Amino acid sequence: MVHSSLLSYAIWVPIIGGLLVLAVGDRRAEAARWLALLVSLAAFAVTIPLFTGFDPRTAAMQFSERVAWIPSLNIFYHLGIDGISLWFILLTSFLTVLVVISSWRNVKERVAQFMAAFLIMEGMMIGVFCALDAILFYVFWEAMLIPMFLIIGVWGGPRRVYATIKFFLYTFLGSVLMLVALLYLYYHSNSSFCLLVFQKTPLGMTAQVLIFLAFFLAFAVKIPMWPMHTWLPDAHVEAPTAGSVILAAVMLKMGAYGFLRLSLPIVPDASHKLAWLMMLLSLIAIIYVALVAIVQEDMKKLIAYSSIAHMGFVTLGFFVFDSVAIEGSIIQMLSHGFISAAMFLCVGVLYDRMHTRNIKAYGGVANVMPIFAALMMLFAMGNVGLPGTSGFVGEFMVVLGAYQVSPWAAILAATGLITGASYTLWLFKRAIFGSVTHPEVAGLKDLDGREMFVLGTLAAFTLLLGLWPAPFLNIVHSSVQHLVTQVSLSKIPA
Amino acid sequence: MNSFLMHWTFAIPEIWVLTMACVVLLTDLFWGDRLRDLAVVLTVLTLIGAVVLTIFEMGQSGTAFAGLFVLDPFTNVAELFSYLAVLMVVLYSRRYLVDRGIYRGEVFVLLLFALLGIMVMVSGGSLLSIYLGLELLALSQYALVAFYRDSVVATEAGLKYFVLGALASGMLLYGMSLLYGLTGTLDVRNIAGALVNVTASNLVLVFAIVFIVAGIAFKLGAAPFHMWLPDVYQGAPTVVTAFLASAPKIGAFALIIRLLVDGGYGMLESWQQIFVALSLVSLVVGNVIAIAQQNIKRMLAYSTVGHVGFLSLGIVAGTEAGLASAFFYTVVYVLMSLAGFGMIMLLSRAGFEAERIDDFKGLAQRKPWYAFLMLIIMFSMAGVPPTVGFYAKLAVFQAVIAAGYVWLAVIGVLLAVIGAFYYLRVVKVMYFDKADAETGIIVRDDLASTALSINSLALLVLGILPGPLMAFCFYAMQGVI
Repeated sequence: MVHSSLLSYAIWVPIIGGLLVLAVGDRRAEAARWLALLVSLAAFAVTIPLFTGFDPRTAAMQFSERVAWIPSLNIFYHLGIDGISLWFILLTSFLTVLVVISSWRNVKERVAQFMAAFLIMEGMMIGVFCALDAILFYVFWEAMLIPMFLIIGVWGGPRRVYATIKFFLYTFLGSVLMLVALLYLYYHSNSSFCLLVFQKTPLGMTAQVLIFLAFFLAFAVKIPMWPMHTWLPDAHVEAPTAGSVILAAVMLKMGAYGFLRLSLPIVPDASHKLAWLMMLLSLIAIIYVALVAIVQEDMKKLIAYSSIAHMGFVTLGFFVFDSVAIEGSIIQMLSHGFISAAMFLCVGVLYDRMHTRNIKAYGGVANVMPIFAALMMLFAMGNVGLPGTSGFVGEFMVVLGAYQVSPWAAILAATGLITGASYTLWLFKRAIFGSVTHPEVAGLKDLDGREMFVLGTLAAFTLLLGLWPAPFLNIVHSSVQHLVTQVSLSKIPA
Repeated sequence: MNSFLMHWTFAIPEIWVLTMACVVLLTDLFWGDRLRDLAVVLTVLTLIGAVVLTIFEMGQSGTAFAGLFVLDPFTNVAELFSYLAVLMVVLYSRRYLVDRGIYRGEVFVLLLFALLGIMVMVSGGSLLSIYLGLELLALSQYALVAFYRDSVVATEAGLKYFVLGALASGMLLYGMSLLYGLTGTLDVRNIAGALVNVTASNLVLVFAIVFIVAGIAFKLGAAPFHMWLPDVYQGAPTVVTAFLASAPKIGAFALIIRLLVDGGYGMLESWQQIFVALSLVSLVVGNVIAIAQQNIKRMLAYSTVGHVGFLSLGIVAGTEAGLASAFFYTVVYVLMSLAGFGMIMLLSRAGFEAERIDDFKGLAQRKPWYAFLMLIIMFSMAGVPPTVGFYAKLAVFQAVIAAGYVWLAVIGVLLAVIGAFYYLRVVKVMYFDKADAETGIIVRDDLASTALSINSLALLVLGILPGPLMAFCFYAMQGVI
């Protein structure tokens, strides 16, 4: 059976490849780059059969693997994916290739370590998306902090040390209580750490609420939801471009994925009970954080805040418990994966040339970099949620689903679309349009082939997902239906 | 053969180590000046021989010497880990001792006697033999700490350790004497039988338990009995610190198994309460005070207090799984602190102790490999997966939650986050800071480097495949209750 170990390949090919890159050493930077590219392509290649071999008709876990790992504690190396996980695995392996290409020239110090950190992190992130054993999930979840900690701390900006320690401690603090909750669940599910068993374990309301809050802390920090979001702008501003891309495009999705895989099915009653809180926090993220984004001077900070606002749509979609809204949230996550990655890369392109991210230092870039301006325009429109781009599909579905449950929430969320338009377009107007006011801008060179390839690929996916979302939705449909059924059934013992 | 000597073969590893300690002493006396390395070689051979002899014994169990000596899975497993710890210390020590002019045979003789003390504690079946082992260990330790005569701090640390250690031994002995007076027997198993008839509220018994636990807490380094620990860890030569932080902890854990579990399991509820308090105080004191430290040896000393707090969680659980997880934690802690102090030793040279945290500045650029190893050690101590330190914490949290102390686990994980901060600071200094001109640290010791690499990578490999080690520790605790 070739199929049986595909998920293991997806996890371990990048990790072992990353160690090989590390072994090549920083002195042979060029070799390290090529090897890293090769590994990332191989890692992407092994995830493609997951897509081609996937059966969208069933909600059951596919490509399952289950081996005893720590018998003393009844922990298994248990992997498996459904339609929800599949897209995130593909997104992760795909973006890692782009990240390796985009950092080709602009990372000059400790190249091998840099590339290795990304590859190892890729394996761990894929591990999170396919782990079905609670401890395995937790191990991947925490382990990926180490490479990110180093990426921000070693290759980051001037305040990198502060930002990276804040990032680590925030997420670590959020996660440890999840561990306690998982251990508690272990004792109420006949000594099993299997997430699928957890989903069937009956639990009283008080226990459910406490477990929900423990999970909430872990996932809300990661997403991040207001008011646990303060680490994100710092981390984004200080991180190197590639770090920001992975952080925004994949790592933020982990928190959302956690809600889908753990919170909703394991503690459905508490999810319903606390849905008002989650919707409230999501709406605050959509409206308030978007207002905060408007006044930002730093482009990366602006996009970071915009990410938080977009993730607000995702969490809003989850907690209306409607299949359209949840599918919308998943599309929104994917779309944000492409668009935020692209936006950070665009800022990176400018930063590489000008070494500043301050909006005021720019103006009239479109005159000297027309191709860049055109591509960035597309991503800006996606960020706004213009029909035809991927941003529209997700937000529209979430608002549509939310309207059936709570019209007010839908109306408030829709105003967020307007604020979103204002900060994105205003950024675009000030930085890209207008006449050239700074002499440095006049000397800018347009995209080279490498940058064009990276941004062009992302542009293609943004449009594809926007114009023809059916194949994407087709894959997630059964799994979401199954999830909605699970959430609707009470688990409180009679 | 009379009944006293029946099953004397159970004690063959102990007899071997004792004999070889004397052999090392004598050979060093005659040939030591010409061939000092002989002592090292003989010590390593002694340890390898002990490993072989202990493995031959595996699977047997019973008592010998009229109950003074107990052989069970715990004896074997704990002894094996003690050999390993001493072996690592010996491998790390050579260059460090040479650089300081204290490369003498007595160091190794004292290490072997200390090891013998641990072995006697681990296999002790009577209050008398347990105390004998404890004192043999303690006296060797005092001598080791003060061994570096030219160093003022080491001498001071030796004296402090001696005075406070004697006090703790006294407390333990007083508790034992109360227990003897109450039950009329020294044999631990008979004590357990006699205690069935004593009510738990018996004041004398409560006093006995309190004194014994206080004595154990001192040896283990649990707060509030930890006062000696930072000064001694910082003052002692790093070789000795590495030893203090490793094998003797297994000995201290054996005290818990032999005295509290074998002897006083009927009194579980009494000592459980004390361990809740010890664990809480240790967690807070260890993890919070470590933040303020600039000296890495002192920081690791406070971190030890924190680790003792974590492993006490497993003891609080009091179940077989809880004790097994506490034992697993102890073993993991031993591996981590050996690697940590080994690293400090390796970065030190003649006239320079790499004991400030700032001495690690920019290590990632100067020596990427060692920085990577230290990174593993620090993340393992912080309990971040995929290092073995995480599974140690996982196991004790699991046990303590199973015992119904969810709140204790919550406090534990929160303090683990606080603890993560000061371990991260070391990583930060190594990876994010630029090296100073004056801290050009030279590493040149192939033997110690190899040992350290294996030791540190083991933390990572065991983190990816923790199953066998954990199963081994669970095996050691089989049927202990």
